[in-house]
Amino acid sequence: MTTKVGIPRALLYYYYYPMWKDFFQTLGCEVVVSDKTNKSILSDGSKNCVDEACLPVKLAFGHVINLANKNVDYIFIPRLVSMAKQEYICPKFLGFPDMVKHNVENLPEIIDTTINMRLKTSEISNAYKQVGRKFTGNRFKIWQAYRKGQKSVQRLNELLLSGYMPEEAFAVMYGKEKDKLSSGGDINIAIICHPYIIHDSYISMNLIGRLEKMGANVVTADNLPEELVRQQATKLPKRLFWTLGQRMVGAGYTFVNDNNVDGVINLAAFACGPDSMTSELIDRTTKKTRKAPLLNLTLDEHTGEAGIVTRLEAFIDMVRWKKSKQLPGVALVN
Amino acid sequence: MKVTFPHMGNLYICVKGMLEYLGIEVTMPPKTSKRTLTLGSKYGPEFACMPLKLNLGNFIEASELGAETIMMAGGCGPCRFGYYAQVEHSILQDLGYDYDIVVLEPPDKSITELTSRVRQITGKKSWWKVIQSIRYGYLKSRAVDTVELLSFKTRPRELLTGETDRALNQALKEIDRAQTVEELKLAEARGSEMMQDVAVDSNRRVIKIALIGEIFTLLEPFANLNIERHLGRLGVEVDRSIYLSEWINDHLFMGLLKGIRSTKEYCRNASPYLNHFVGGHGLETVGSVPVYAKQGYDGVIQLFPFTCMPEIVAESLLPKVSAAYNIPLMTLITDEHTGEAGMITRLEAFVDLLERKQYQNYQGARSQELEVRMS
Repeated sequence: MTTKVGIPRALLYYYYYPMWKDFFQTLGCEVVVSDKTNKSILSDGSKNCVDEACLPVKLAFGHVINLANKNVDYIFIPRLVSMAKQEYICPKFLGFPDMVKHNVENLPEIIDTTINMRLKTSEISNAYKQVGRKFTGNRFKIWQAYRKGQKSVQRLNELLLSGYMPEEAFAVMYGKEKDKLSSGGDINIAIICHPYIIHDSYISMNLIGRLEKMGANVVTADNLPEELVRQQATKLPKRLFWTLGQRMVGAGYTFVNDNNVDGVINLAAFACGPDSMTSELIDRTTKKTRKAPLLNLTLDEHTGEAGIVTRLEAFIDMVRWKKSKQLPGVALVN
Repeated sequence: MKVTFPHMGNLYICVKGMLEYLGIEVTMPPKTSKRTLTLGSKYGPEFACMPLKLNLGNFIEASELGAETIMMAGGCGPCRFGYYAQVEHSILQDLGYDYDIVVLEPPDKSITELTSRVRQITGKKSWWKVIQSIRYGYLKSRAVDTVELLSFKTRPRELLTGETDRALNQALKEIDRAQTVEELKLAEARGSEMMQDVAVDSNRRVIKIALIGEIFTLLEPFANLNIERHLGRLGVEVDRSIYLSEWINDHLFMGLLKGIRSTKEYCRNASPYLNHFVGGHGLETVGSVPVYAKQGYDGVIQLFPFTCMPEIVAESLLPKVSAAYNIPLMTLITDEHTGEAGMITRLEAFVDLLERKQYQNYQGARSQELEVRMS
C-alpha cells in the first residue's frame, strides 16, 4: 500500500500545492488534499484553536482535522519561517505546527520540517531533502522529486500571471482543458487579499464569483509578477519584513494607480496582524494620489452574507457611476 | 530639538536619564491615561494591537507640550512592533503633527545606518559620552528594578494598605531626580531603605504568582490595569518574567553582563512545546512556565494585548505546559476596555483557587507526616 500524505487546503497550499504534490508523488506517495471548506471544517477549526487566533489559522486547524479523519499516514505542514532573505511569514505560521500538535488529538505523524530562507536561500533544498529522507534513502530520487516540484511551481506562476486563479491553475495543470478566461465584464475590479482567504470561496463568501456575476472582471494580487510587487513595495519608508505583506502592499500600490483598474477591494482577515498594518499603509499612503476607489472589507467567522453583499453592490454602483462620468484621474473619497 | 518617546511603565526614568546625561532636551508625554487611549484608538488602525494605539496617543499628547522629535525603537520582525514607527509616523503626518522620527533598530545593510540615526539625536557628542550615557541609563533601570522587586515583596505583607505604593512612588521620584552616577547610587540606597521601612507582617503566608507575557503589557500599569497592585493587595507576591534592566542586558549588551537573570533560560525550557522562535516574547512566555513551576510558584498569569501574534501562539500551547508542570494558569487579554472591576473579580477567583490548592497540599503533607509518625 502506498503511503498517504495529507496536505491541508489552507494557508500556503495556494502558493505551493503543485510543488508539494509533485514532490511527494515522485517519491511514490499518494497525495490527499482536505475537502473544500465547509461549515463543519470551519467549526471544527474554531473549536480546537484558541479563540484569539486569526481566521486563516482557525481554518487551517479545521483542514488538518479533516485530513486526520481521512486516515492519512502523514500530514505535511512545514514550519515556513521565511520564504525570502531577511523576511518572515508571520508569527502564527512559525508556531502553527506546534499549535496543531498540542491542540488536536489523534493526529497522524506531522511532517513539520523547518523551511527558513531568512539567511540562506539554499536552505530550501536542504529542507526538502530532509522531508524526502523520510520516504526513501535514494538521494537521486529526492533530487528528482525536488526538481520536478520546482518546475511545477514555475508552471503555476506562469498560469497565475496569465490571469488564472490558483485553483483554476491547479485544474489546468492536472489534466483539465484550458478554460477560456472570462473577460466579458464592463469594469475591472482588483482584489488585494491573501490567497488562502480570497480563493477559499466558503470563507470569502464567493466574493470573486459574486463580482463576476455583477459583470466585473476580477484580478487578484496573485496575478502580479513578483518583481513588480517587490519594486512597488520599495516605496514604503522601510522594507517590510513580511513576505506576504509585501505582496499586499506592492499589489495595492500597483492596482490603485493602474488606469485599467476601476476599483480596488482590500479584503483583510480579522486579527491578522500584518493585515492590520498593511491595510492602513495602503489606504493612508495612497489616499491623495490614487486613481481607483478603494473598499476596505474585514472578514471573520460570522457568516452574514447580506452585509457583505450590500457593501459590494454599493461599491460596484459607485465604480460604474464614476466610470460613466468619464473623469479619469479624479480620486473619489471613500 | 525637543525629543520625546513613548511610555512603557518606568522606561521613561532610564531613557530620560540617558538623554539628559547627553544634554538633550526631553519633553515627556503625560503619563498614559484614558485620554491617551481614546486618542490612540480614534486615529490608530482598528485591529492593531494596543501598544500602537497608546504610543500614538502619547505622541499626540507630547506634541501638545511642544515635542518635535520622536525617538523610537524598531525591529526586523516578525512582530508588528518592527513597523510601528512607520505607521505611527504616517498617521501623525496625516493628522498634521509635524514630527521628525528617529528609529533605533538593527540596521538593514550596514552599521552606519544606525550610527547616523544615533547622531541625529546626539548631535556632535563624542561616542565615548554616548556610551557612558547608555551605561547611565542602564544603571537607572537597575535602580528602578531594585525598588520594584522590593515592592513585590512588601506589598502582600504590608500592615497598612497603600504604604508600599506610597514608598515606591517616593523611591522612583528620587531615582528619577538623580543627575549623576554618584547621586544615582545614593538615590538607589535611599529608595531601598524606604521600601524596607514599610511596616510588614513577615509571617504572613502569601501566594506566589508569576506574571508572564508580552513586554509592554507587563511593564505598563495602564495597559495591565495595575495588576501588580491588585494582586499585591490580595496577598500575592508577584514576579515578572521581564524586567527592563534584564531586557537591556539581553538585547542591547548581548548578555555581556554576567550574573544577571536572563531570558535565555526560558528559551531553553520552551521545547518540546514550542520549538521555534515566533517573534516578540512568545518563546520566552512558553518557557517561563516550567522555570516558575520549578521555583515553587503557585500560579502564572499570562498577559497580552488583544491580537498580539506571538502571544497567541504561546497562549494556545500554555494549557499543555501548565498541565504537565501542575501549575495553574490564567490568561488575561487587555484591549481598549478599561473596566478594572471585571479583572479584579477574575483575579480574586484565581487567587481563591490557588489558596485552596495550597491549603490542600498543606493538609496532604500533614496527614502524610502523621501517618509516618503513627506507623
